Amino acid sequence: MISVRGLTKRFGDTTVLDGIDLDVREGERVVIVGPSGTGKSTLLRCLNFLDRPDAGTITIGDLTVEAGRATPAQVLALRRRTAFVFQNYALFANRTALGNITEALVHVQGRPKAEARARAEAILREIGLADRAGSYPAALSGGQQQRVGIGRAMALEAELMLFDEPTSALDPEWVGEVLDLMRRVARQRRTMLIVTHEMQFAREIADRVIFMEGGRIVEEAPPERFFAAPQDPRTRRFLARVSGGGSPARPAGRA
Amino acid sequence: MQGLDIGYMWGLVPVILGYVPLTLGMALAGMACALVLACLLAVERVARVPVLDRAVVLFISFFRGTPLLVQLFLFYYGLPRLVPFLVNIDGVTAAVIGLTLHFSAYMAESIRAAILGVDRSQWEAARAVGMSEGVMMTRIILPQAARIAAPTLVNYFIDMVKSTSLAFTLGVTEMMGAAQKEAAGSFLYFEAFLVVAVIYWGIVEAFSFLQRRLEHRLGRAYSR
Repeated sequence: MISVRGLTKRFGDTTVLDGIDLDVREGERVVIVGPSGTGKSTLLRCLNFLDRPDAGTITIGDLTVEAGRATPAQVLALRRRTAFVFQNYALFANRTALGNITEALVHVQGRPKAEARARAEAILREIGLADRAGSYPAALSGGQQQRVGIGRAMALEAELMLFDEPTSALDPEWVGEVLDLMRRVARQRRTMLIVTHEMQFAREIADRVIFMEGGRIVEEAPPERFFAAPQDPRTRRFLARVSGGGSPARPAGRA
Repeated sequence: MQGLDIGYMWGLVPVILGYVPLTLGMALAGMACALVLACLLAVERVARVPVLDRAVVLFISFFRGTPLLVQLFLFYYGLPRLVPFLVNIDGVTAAVIGLTLHFSAYMAESIRAAILGVDRSQWEAARAVGMSEGVMMTRIILPQAARIAAPTLVNYFIDMVKSTSLAFTLGVTEMMGAAQKEAAGSFLYFEAFLVVAVIYWGIVEAFSFLQRRLEHRLGRAYSR
């Protein structure tokens, strides 16, 4: 169970997150959508303190961290209960595909090397990259890198998986394989919080869709209702824009 | 102009070569100690530990701001007075201490720049998987910074090899000292120091070759 209360983040005079309240049940898949620059990514980055929130509390399981007075040990504990998938993949450039997955298993979780290796090899098979185990990130395509990024997050078996626009930096030809993998992860009923512009994907895998604008949650609903009968005029405007022509989002139905 | 006494030079080569292990020994010991110290200094400069940061800035400022020769004399004549158990400090030890501190100050700055040159995504990924700052540094950031800093660090090492000749002024019989002694008997100073110069040159060329191999190796992960 994840519970966020009054999460607030300011950059200078700009309030990027304006008192976010959010609960996520175990195994729930929540997709966050909304216009650019409305704090979706910042929300994810505040949940594991990549960005330091200014106020509010974050509870994951039995760990509660208060924004203003989080100790380094608490921040570390919070990060070890979450896994993060980056928009730009952020694979360790000095580690192979296999090494990217084993790294935290050995040097954060303290598992024996042989066990970590076996687990990483199983993950590589699952993400279809067993034959690239020894490749460094620079030698992998964008789609392959992001699949390793997702594999690295899966291996951690964290209580909460955070996906920050995992397909936004990809060439269109690689989007499909990454979304396929995310569908697979979603079927494993892991707790997922996903920021994405892929509306069709959201419709397919989300238990709940959240619409954010101006640093606040405007509306949240199950996907059927969210897409068919949005309540707030801002949500309706956004959905009309992304499904109409000339939108920044990819057309529904692809992938 | 007098011709060079080539025969004398040939005879001198094996004599001077006999002192190469001492030169390399001082340089390698100095480099190993300087690398460790420079990494610590650089990490501190990036982390900016209160109070300690001031001391580190002062340290770097002093050892970059004064000549190596002066520092060597300070250690050779000063340490025995400051630290009682170093009363019998020999020239080689004083030289290695001096080379270590002097070059660590320079190397710390280039390692610091290299650390800051590691892409932001690498820091974020390390933190996101739950690494402590220490593990992040040793496992992810410093190995990548090493590749960025390698060419400059090898340059400092080459400079250090040549700087070991200053140990001569502390009474150490190394390549320079040996040449000086030989020439004192034959009066063929030019020939003797020419042999020394060529041998230094050869050593440095050998390390330049190793440098290219090292850079290739460090770059392996980053090429397609």
